[in-house]
Amino acid sequence: MVEDRPWLNRLVHLVLIMGVLIVAFPVYIALIASTHAPTAFTSGVIPLMPGDQMWQNYAQMLGTGLSTAGAPPLSGMMFNSLIMALVIAIGKIVISITSAFAIVYFRFPFRQLAFWAIFVTLMLPVEVRIVPTFKVVADLGMLNSYAGLTIPLIASATATFLFRQVFLTIPDELTEAARIDGAGPMKFFRDILLPLSQTNIAALFVILFIYGWNQYLWPLLITTDAKYYTVVASIKRLAEAVDSVPQWNLVMAAVILAMLPPVLVVILMQRLFVKGLVETEK
Amino acid sequence: MAQITLDGVGKTYPGGGMAVSDVSIAIADGEFLVLVGPSGCGKSTLLRMVAGLETITEGTVSIGDRVVNKIEPADRDIAMVFQNYALYPHMTVRQNLAYGLKNRGTPRDEITRRVDAAAAILEIGAFLDRKPRALSGGQRQRVAMGRAIVREPAAFLFDEPLSNLDAKLRQSMRGEIRLLQKRLGTTSLYVTHDQLEAMTLADRLVVLNAGRIEQVGTPMQVYRHPATTFVAAFIGSPAMNLIPAQMDGEFVRVGDARFSLPDLMMTEAGGAPGDITLGIRPEDLHPVSGPKTGKLSLAVVYVEELGAQRLVHGRIAGHPVVCSLPIGAEVHEQMFLRADPTALHLFDEKSGRRLN
Repeated sequence: MVEDRPWLNRLVHLVLIMGVLIVAFPVYIALIASTHAPTAFTSGVIPLMPGDQMWQNYAQMLGTGLSTAGAPPLSGMMFNSLIMALVIAIGKIVISITSAFAIVYFRFPFRQLAFWAIFVTLMLPVEVRIVPTFKVVADLGMLNSYAGLTIPLIASATATFLFRQVFLTIPDELTEAARIDGAGPMKFFRDILLPLSQTNIAALFVILFIYGWNQYLWPLLITTDAKYYTVVASIKRLAEAVDSVPQWNLVMAAVILAMLPPVLVVILMQRLFVKGLVETEK
Repeated sequence: MAQITLDGVGKTYPGGGMAVSDVSIAIADGEFLVLVGPSGCGKSTLLRMVAGLETITEGTVSIGDRVVNKIEPADRDIAMVFQNYALYPHMTVRQNLAYGLKNRGTPRDEITRRVDAAAAILEIGAFLDRKPRALSGGQRQRVAMGRAIVREPAAFLFDEPLSNLDAKLRQSMRGEIRLLQKRLGTTSLYVTHDQLEAMTLADRLVVLNAGRIEQVGTPMQVYRHPATTFVAAFIGSPAMNLIPAQMDGEFVRVGDARFSLPDLMMTEAGGAPGDITLGIRPEDLHPVSGPKTGKLSLAVVYVEELGAQRLVHGRIAGHPVVCSLPIGAEVHEQMFLRADPTALHLFDEKSGRRLN
């Protein structure tokens, strides 16, 4: 709809600005809170202007952590989160792109069955299968390890499905031209399919990185050793200080820090991400 | 360079559907053979069987002296040009041309030499570093041909390569393909549904219908002596008029008009009395001004002006007929036409086979 009515324009902008404010205000509060001394919150009024404790708060969270809440330094946890998010994102992409390749381009017995089996698992999120998965991971001795944090979350029906759709849009004639040009299956995969799904891989990477970074329940369940704590799962631990008032300034500093990497990934990969979501030309 | 031999080639799909049956053709070294037919006649399937993209269920295909039924497309020493060009969208023109050679382990300086040579022939040197999406349809078409040329294959296979181009470009590319093929002298197999393309490009053409060969011959043979009513109606534009007629011992009669049999060079077997189909090309009908007895009487319905000629649509003995007249020819509501007996085509009414 392309219409130019001044009052409608203003209304639309008003709605947009309100939407942005609603989303941005809590983030602003968190950012402001992380710059104050702990005493600023005892009065019960949340300050709206920046304080002067920013460097101290962040330095403390990154360097020493919050011992009263049993939280190790954030730098270590952020490193764990980074490993977890990266391994999950890359692992999911590698596994799903190869399985989609197999399903689309090879004729093997029970191909349809394999596809539907993958499809059915779409309906089973981690939370549903969490008890049996925990049992398996525990029996394999993977509690408190990077492998335990990542491997159970890697298998992905959604990504397989997405790559299948991408491959189906690639014209058959391109496959045939490659066959005549002497490209075997793996060469075709590497030289033609991978470059053509580049933008989709980028878009998927952004989504999966955030998915991996934001994991809460699973890391909470299987990590008991502080060495393997992840940031998002630990925020709750920070807030439930026993026998004392939560140090909101520090908790908020942790929240802001936990938010940064996903934001960075989105900003840095935004161009590819949008291209991957909207581009149809093959 | 090589001859291609198809011997009793057929394709039956697992479900029992028959796409092609019992096709035998020998394509000579350096020959330009065109497969032509309506959509669904099996021409593309046949080409794809030669290319190795489709399995062969009956018969054998040989390229050179080698039976290639079980050989991978890449090892058949052929190159194919696709209808939608099938260029790799993420590679530059140069990479597109070089990809097949690279896969075969051709030395790098040899690749460069061949790509530059092909680019020079096709005049695409200026955009070797562009991606296909930055090229026009005609330029993409050239790149697709360049990809075939750099392989220096034993045979080119063309799968309706011009049908995505506009009419004008199609005409000029047609000429270029023809010249290029003559210059390189590479055996070529070309599939099209456009009879004009088939006529102008082919050394010999093969008319296919429902998976079978209707006729094989040079364009002029096929045009002048169509073997069946199908070929007669398919080749030539506007299409040949096919009119039901009666034959007795001496004459072929259409309405009041009659043609004596000796003039028609009837074969012995075709002489039996009965109903037949008479074929006359629109340009073989000429108006007469003299006595009207024994002439074809045309009731004119409407006239199409094509500039160079006038197409007169009408009915002879109740059957629709098109007649092509030179510009300036007078058209009346009722016209009398004559046709040279040597320009008449007689077909069996049931089988559609040619009788004279």
